[in-house]
Amino acid sequence: MSQYTFSGGIHPFDGKGLSKDKPVKEVLPKGLLVFPLSQHIGAPAKAVVAVGDSVKAGQLIAEANGFVSANIFSSVSGTVKAIEPHRVPTGAMVNSIVIENDGKYEEVSYPAPKAYEEMTGEEIVNAVRAAGVVGMGGAGFPTAVKLSPKNPEKIDYIIANCVECEPYLTSDYRRMMENPELVIDGLKCVLKVFPRARGIIAIEDNKPDAVEKMKSLTANESSIEVYSLKTKYPQGGERQLIYACTKRAINSKMLPADAGCIVDNCETLVAINRAVKENKPTFQRIVTITGDAINDPRNFLVRMGSSFNELISEAGGLKSEPEQIVSGGPMMGFSVLETDVPVTKTSSAMLFLLRDDALHAEETACINCGRCVEVCPSRLIPSQLATYGEHENYEKFNQLFGSECIECGSCSYVCPAKRQLAQAIKGMKRLAAAKAKEEAKGGDK
Amino acid sequence: MAEEKKLLNVSSNPHVRDRITTRTIMLLVFLALLPATGYGVYHFGLYSLAVVLVTTGSAVIWEFIWTKCMKKKSTIEDLSAAVTGLLLALNMPPRIPIWICVLGSFFAIIVVKNLFGGLGQNFMNPALGARCFLLISFAGKMADFAYDSVSGATYLANLKNGSSFDASAMVWGNEMGTIGETSVIAIVIGACILLAFGIIDLTIPGTYILTFVVFWCLFGGHGADPGYLTAELAGGGLMLGAFFMATDYVTSPITTKGRIVYGIILGVLTGVFRVFSSGAEGVSYAIIVSNLLVPLIERATPPKCFGYVKPVKGGRA
Repeated sequence: MSQYTFSGGIHPFDGKGLSKDKPVKEVLPKGLLVFPLSQHIGAPAKAVVAVGDSVKAGQLIAEANGFVSANIFSSVSGTVKAIEPHRVPTGAMVNSIVIENDGKYEEVSYPAPKAYEEMTGEEIVNAVRAAGVVGMGGAGFPTAVKLSPKNPEKIDYIIANCVECEPYLTSDYRRMMENPELVIDGLKCVLKVFPRARGIIAIEDNKPDAVEKMKSLTANESSIEVYSLKTKYPQGGERQLIYACTKRAINSKMLPADAGCIVDNCETLVAINRAVKENKPTFQRIVTITGDAINDPRNFLVRMGSSFNELISEAGGLKSEPEQIVSGGPMMGFSVLETDVPVTKTSSAMLFLLRDDALHAEETACINCGRCVEVCPSRLIPSQLATYGEHENYEKFNQLFGSECIECGSCSYVCPAKRQLAQAIKGMKRLAAAKAKEEAKGGDK
Repeated sequence: MAEEKKLLNVSSNPHVRDRITTRTIMLLVFLALLPATGYGVYHFGLYSLAVVLVTTGSAVIWEFIWTKCMKKKSTIEDLSAAVTGLLLALNMPPRIPIWICVLGSFFAIIVVKNLFGGLGQNFMNPALGARCFLLISFAGKMADFAYDSVSGATYLANLKNGSSFDASAMVWGNEMGTIGETSVIAIVIGACILLAFGIIDLTIPGTYILTFVVFWCLFGGHGADPGYLTAELAGGGLMLGAFFMATDYVTSPITTKGRIVYGIILGVLTGVFRVFSSGAEGVSYAIIVSNLLVPLIERATPPKCFGYVKPVKGGRA
């Protein structure tokens, strides 16, 4: 049993067996490629190409528009066909650059990188910024911003989030099995920015082979340790992960850096490594296409901007009509409105479920059983918060720390009355945040 | 013309759910009560089976009638009415007249539960509320524990007034009492089922029993004498109450902190009622009074979120 864990959490059916043992297959896009200008947290990028321009793979097509923003690069060679709103996996319509693939995959020639050994921390961060690296686990926070904390000397740990606690997802696992050195090298790049910090590679103990592999590869690295964490959702949640690894607890108003930590996802570290060592932007990522409605669930190495429709046919198509299609994992992913959406920097998976549990869940009265309290990783009372949410009772909602909810969905998962707890709390969180903002504004006058 | 697009189901996360439902929970509680029920019927005879069947059955029927009258969807499928009915039956003396059973389940289901909003809204345990109503209304019949040729005072009452009692018979259940409360063994078997399936945990029963033991050792007048203590724990409704009624979700606090406070209050109240009142028993009243205190307990034990930081004291004192 692993000693590293947090209190609360759940053990849903993990479904990883569907795809975990099949090697990653590279697929090349056939149709149009779509690059949303906003695939990260922060200001949307600004297009630097115009309709009709010809572009190459690895060419900058949109640049960061502010400090918290990120560059976007083409993943193929071809012609810019349009810049227009397009549906993205989260369901929104986002202004996007549409590129027609010429099928040649010509790549730009990148400036020769500086010798890694001679790079300073600042140069590493700049390389990461230039390559448009964002958190690829799902949040999409610009990595360069993360690597520029207020007090860099106070960073004690760089945590590689290789937990992959979402059921069904296996892309990080495949990455660790097939290119573990890229993950480790990425971590080393970050450690170079924070020389006095220690690196922790955090993996759930349901992936013992990945733990072993990482342990043997880092045996000679004095500043890197591999932690095998207890398998429990949401172990990969940033606050839960930091707590499990360091026993330091942070709340919603704090940053990981306040606990002396920086957390980067597995795939993000690979992107960091590529940016630093090769001066190349990342225009590919591993995506899991899985679920019981897919004929051949597996992982693909995909060019960003590819349509998920192409991946569905690569995965052997649909066995039968799925009731639910999710972008991301089943716990925190988004229901998709259509499958003709592009793979973005934060697309880790698309999940095709024959049965939509939420659709069949008939809501009954809350019996105050406390299961939601037991599993809440933020130690809240979801049943009461959801009720206050439904009543829009701001005072009570804030009093019970509603804004500390991490939206992991564990409460809805366990609720025997099938209440939409997470949904109600999420909605109220947005309202409460907007209200607080408004009140702060009013106070300034 | 645009071809007709197939619409996908869209909902908020999470997209998977645990299989457990309220009905599963109620079913498990019902099953966990069966060892005690079975022992009661075996011990007290066939008439007590009639009491169990009528009380449980009429509780379900009252629930059905209520939903019909209120033009609501029937809620008997969630089995909560059946559990309430069975719990009430187990709190009945073995020779109670059948009409009292029907009246008791009416009070439990209609008055305590549904008039206050139905499942999840009642402020006290419906079965215990009904029991206390019956105790007050029909004191003689509710306190008459005679069966077969056995009559007189319960061992628990004997213990209180200094007469003889048989602690081992009290553990096995070979004594007078309500239908379901006599056999500690049968109750604990049921409790183990609830614990094994995670329906309850030991927080409430544990703190309740521990507090009671401490209270009794201090004020019971017999110190920590194991014979007296065993009899005191095995007698009356303490075990049934601690594992099956104090743990009622609806009428107990939701946080662990609150549950501990609740358990302590239960233990103290039971001790006070048993040691200082004129009667020998006090579990039902202790639980009901504690039920009423739950809102206060919850107010006094607010949760602290993960990563809670004490607010820095500002200018205002």
